Amino acid sequence: MSELTAVRPATQASALRSLLDFYVTGMRTQIQTQFQYRAATYMYTLGMVTEPVIYLVVWRTIANQHGGTINGTGAGQIAAYYIVWTLVRTFNIVFTPFGWEERIREGQFSSQLLRPLHPIHYDLAWFAGHKIPWLVLFSPIAVGLALVFHPVLHPSALGVVVFVIAIWGAYVIRSLNGFVLGMLTIFTTRASSIFQIWFLAELLVSGRLVPLTFMPHWAQSVAAWLPFKWTFYFPIEALVGSMSTSALLTGLLWQCLWAAIGGLLVFTTFRLAVRHYSAVGN
Amino acid sequence: MQYRANFFVAIVQSLLAVAVAIAVLALVYSHTDALNGWSQSELLVVLGVQILLGGVIHATVQPNMERLTQEVQDGKLDFALTKPADSQLIISLRELQLWQLVDVVSGTVVIAVGVSRLDRSVGAGHAFAFVALLLVGAALLYCFWLILATGSFWIVSMWFLSDLFEGIYQVGRWPIGIYPGWLRYSMTYLVPIGFAVTVPAQAMTGRLHWQTVAVAVGFAVAVFAIARWFWRYGLRRYSGASA
Repeated sequence: MSELTAVRPATQASALRSLLDFYVTGMRTQIQTQFQYRAATYMYTLGMVTEPVIYLVVWRTIANQHGGTINGTGAGQIAAYYIVWTLVRTFNIVFTPFGWEERIREGQFSSQLLRPLHPIHYDLAWFAGHKIPWLVLFSPIAVGLALVFHPVLHPSALGVVVFVIAIWGAYVIRSLNGFVLGMLTIFTTRASSIFQIWFLAELLVSGRLVPLTFMPHWAQSVAAWLPFKWTFYFPIEALVGSMSTSALLTGLLWQCLWAAIGGLLVFTTFRLAVRHYSAVGN
Repeated sequence: MQYRANFFVAIVQSLLAVAVAIAVLALVYSHTDALNGWSQSELLVVLGVQILLGGVIHATVQPNMERLTQEVQDGKLDFALTKPADSQLIISLRELQLWQLVDVVSGTVVIAVGVSRLDRSVGAGHAFAFVALLLVGAALLYCFWLILATGSFWIVSMWFLSDLFEGIYQVGRWPIGIYPGWLRYSMTYLVPIGFAVTVPAQAMTGRLHWQTVAVAVGFAVAVFAIARWFWRYGLRRYSGASA
């Protein structure tokens, strides 16, 4: 018994070290892969940047028509919101739940089950590795957007620190939620409608479409009870808005809570899904 | 009706997308009465045209072009090229995703609602111009897709094409006039979304000048010629990869 208790901490430490090593290797591989496909990554980024530019132009047009502000937010702040949006979006892109259909159809899920780690680790490491090349390729686009749209932002030092943590928090929350949604594919072949409802809800009450302060009060109240705003609005506002210290720190706590809920759901839905799953492929 | 489930899923998804798009319009117009001179009803027409044309492209053009890029990557394009007919015609007509045409119906309904709420009535001439310009718009978007997909002869991994198109196509949801000059011109002449979506909507909302029609038609002919030349140029690079 005493031998066992002596060995256990060492085993746990080595398991953690192995997991860390796995993440570092997975990220390194993806960084190299993404730099190999620079043209494809750039084209994807261009398509992605169009979305915030559209929102930015629409709301800036309205602001300019009404003396330069909407609900007290100036055109320069709107520009800052959507330019930081693109950075946050770059970070919160995760494996899409729509992709699970192909994984199951092609039999990839079966091989994932044979691996020693939970499948969520592969997705987390893989997409975390994407972020570095995307950040490098995105930087000139951000400079271009800043030159064209003249953003106004004065972040505090704490705001910058919280922003850096919050974009990774947003990444983890979206990854976990995406995985849980993806598991639905194992129970129904028509899960795509549920995914679409989820993403439309996210679009409306996350701050992705519009800063939440532009939304009606009831929509802001709804947003407070959902995970979406912690993956778009909160990281953006940490850098762009003038959030108080307590609001910034409380925001991080909310992210931790949603990540914990997501983690729990990943654990339970995966177990249920594996029980229900019958293999396809070779 | 072999694909009933796909069809009903498409209906649900289309309705959801339209509902959200209308909610976004309502949100925008809760902050203003007019967007760069366009009323909410007029913007409904723009939205309807964008949804309708999107349905046409998703049903007919996009699946064919995605198949093309995949076949270039897999080396299976040889099967299409060895057939005794025009290669461009063959690669453009092999796929049809009927259920995507649900968006054509949704788009038409949105246009009808927008037109019914307009202050002015729409004459037969405008309606005819609208239909003709829709066809020109569809042809322009087909050419744009063909030029993009032909790029697969140079860039083998083209997984980003749909995302790129969907991203850019969202520009058409708003009148092209609201965008700053550099974006307006590139979204009209480089990516023909201004011609494809805004111009037909102008016909329905009484904003169309006949010079615009002439430029749109002339531009479509030129883009078709360029797309065809580019396709044939790319094809010469293709050496096949299948066993």
